[in-house]
Amino acid sequence: MTMANTIAGWFGAGKDGQHAKLQLILLSVFMLALPFILSGSFASGNSWVRTIDFALLYIMLALGLNIVVGYAGLLDLGYIAFYAVGAYLYAFLNSPQIAAFLPVWMMNPPLLVMLLIAAVVAGCFGVMLGAPTLKLRGDYLAIVTLGFGEIIRIFMNNLDRPVNITNGPQGINNIERVSLLGHEFGKPLEFFGVQIPMVHQYYYLILAFCVLIIFVSIRLQRSRIGRAWVAIREDEIAAAAMGINTRNVKLLAFAMGASFGGVSGSLFASFQGFISPESFILMESVLVLCMVVLGGMGHIPGVILGAIIVSITPEALREVVNPLQDALLGKRVVDPENLRMLMFGLAMIIIMLLRPEGLWPSRRRKDELHPATKRITKQEDATLTEAEREHE
Amino acid sequence: MDHLLQHLINGLVIGSVYALIALGYTMVYGIMQLINFAHGEIVMIGAMVTITCINLLLGANVALPGILLLTIGLAMAIPVSMALGYGIERVAYRPLRNAPRLAPLITAIGLSIVLQQLATLIWGRNYRPFPAILDIKTFEIGGAVITNLQIAIIVLAILIMAALFFLIERSKLGRAMRATAQNIDVARLMGVNTNTIISLTFVIGSALGAVAGVMVAANYDQAHAYMGFLIGLKAFTAAVLGGIGNLAGAVVGGLVLGIVESLGAGYLSDLTGGVLTSSYKDIFAFAVLILVLLFRPSGLLGERVAERA
Repeated sequence: MTMANTIAGWFGAGKDGQHAKLQLILLSVFMLALPFILSGSFASGNSWVRTIDFALLYIMLALGLNIVVGYAGLLDLGYIAFYAVGAYLYAFLNSPQIAAFLPVWMMNPPLLVMLLIAAVVAGCFGVMLGAPTLKLRGDYLAIVTLGFGEIIRIFMNNLDRPVNITNGPQGINNIERVSLLGHEFGKPLEFFGVQIPMVHQYYYLILAFCVLIIFVSIRLQRSRIGRAWVAIREDEIAAAAMGINTRNVKLLAFAMGASFGGVSGSLFASFQGFISPESFILMESVLVLCMVVLGGMGHIPGVILGAIIVSITPEALREVVNPLQDALLGKRVVDPENLRMLMFGLAMIIIMLLRPEGLWPSRRRKDELHPATKRITKQEDATLTEAEREHE
Repeated sequence: MDHLLQHLINGLVIGSVYALIALGYTMVYGIMQLINFAHGEIVMIGAMVTITCINLLLGANVALPGILLLTIGLAMAIPVSMALGYGIERVAYRPLRNAPRLAPLITAIGLSIVLQQLATLIWGRNYRPFPAILDIKTFEIGGAVITNLQIAIIVLAILIMAALFFLIERSKLGRAMRATAQNIDVARLMGVNTNTIISLTFVIGSALGAVAGVMVAANYDQAHAYMGFLIGLKAFTAAVLGGIGNLAGAVVGGLVLGIVESLGAGYLSDLTGGVLTSSYKDIFAFAVLILVLLFRPSGLLGERVAERA
């Protein structure tokens, strides 16, 4: 039960296996019931389930970027490009957009095959980006990845001429939903007499892959490769001296992170049914980075928390800010979207200045950044003064 | 290859703007080995403040010649940008000078987002037209057209650069800056107040950025809250192309990038038989950046190597 122990450990549980199992079961039950709790208790429940679906997609993205930024310490500012690659791949193979150019057998591949393709192709893009840039210093890498993200977006925007591949800024419409075991996800499903709407179906699908990605992340972290990533983050020269092939291991981080993005992008395209370059702008890369930074770089539950906070805030803001402005000022002065980016920009600065380990850091990282010696000295001080007092 | 001279002139104009912005990047990099991600935003704010000032003066029916209005606008924008540059250093860089490298990068990105969003709140999302206060005259040289504004941009850029070189190479302040760039600890031992020098570097770079922002806005007749990102990225490319940390390199890099971009945008469609159109012109900067980093990371004139120390 190492996995259960790991997950229970996040919530502060001890090594007690039984306890860990119970927590995990409770969490699973809650996650499984969540869409019905939401749609049951709110009038606009289905739109909240939709938000949660997106939050799950963002968790996958954030966990992918966490490998690159959190584990390997490489700042990637063009991460959303891999999400775009996954989304466009799905759209190409599952919509009439370029069906004319493709042989029939390539269209509508089974879900798992599709996601595998997305992961592999996005991973290849990751290697393509990483190979020339990884020998550069961190800040160069940040700017090159940022440029790469923009290049991908410019191509998506302009590849409607001379041959219409991406349909330019209009984006691709009529993307078919996922079908699994003969069931098409766009259609309503009845299960023991209960109607399960589309957003709920996608919730379970995305949740399944999200759990898979969390599982892979945990396993990776504890693996030889995961430890190599952290070693490189902490001191590249020392890592190389320990026999780590830093170039290949960094490339692997890029490829791995990119493949998570690719899978997430494919699911996004299928869920949304429509994609356009608008969804893959630089701000999205910054948002995903913000999730990782906010939650705690390199700590899986922290990153998940960050992703949830960042992806749910706009919905919450929209529900609060606009009515508030209407009531107080009688007109809308501030766009909630604007306010959201402002908040996250500020959050990144404040976190880096005051709490660089993030909101929910791993114990180890916390100790690194706030050395235990300080606390011990305080304790020792306390005991010393106590002893002195007793002596008097 | 018609219009060659025209493309060269356009490239030279935008190139001298890139050069001014690139100087800001390269000065900061030379001293702190850090990329100031928020520099593009300073350029944008310089342009926006100038436009607002001119519009306010026009709205108050101040009857002054256009060139004087522009000078007043610029005189307002430069201090604002300088203050911002100072603030950015104090907030994003100074507290994190001994932190892991990732930390100041992230705060700088955060600041850049904050400035961008604040600008959107103040000036809105739309393009702001540059007030038509200048009396634009066109001259013809060998079939190409150049405006008096473009000539003014090039001349002003050259003057500013000359002043900067004089400051860095001849003045006491410049010597302190060079010393700080070479070795910050030794400079401090020699009695240089390195904190002040670093602040001043940011402030001077920001002033250049503000002027460059106004030049871009005047040249293209518009400015908007999101312009900082792209122009910042291009100027950074120019700095890397010339050799980051090297002042002359930033100027050469800016001019080369401006001309490459202008020629590229002009001839790309012909060269590729219409497959790639001028809408790909923004890709040039990134392509140049990646190629330089691959094959000559020290840049055209650079001594510093872009390897991890």
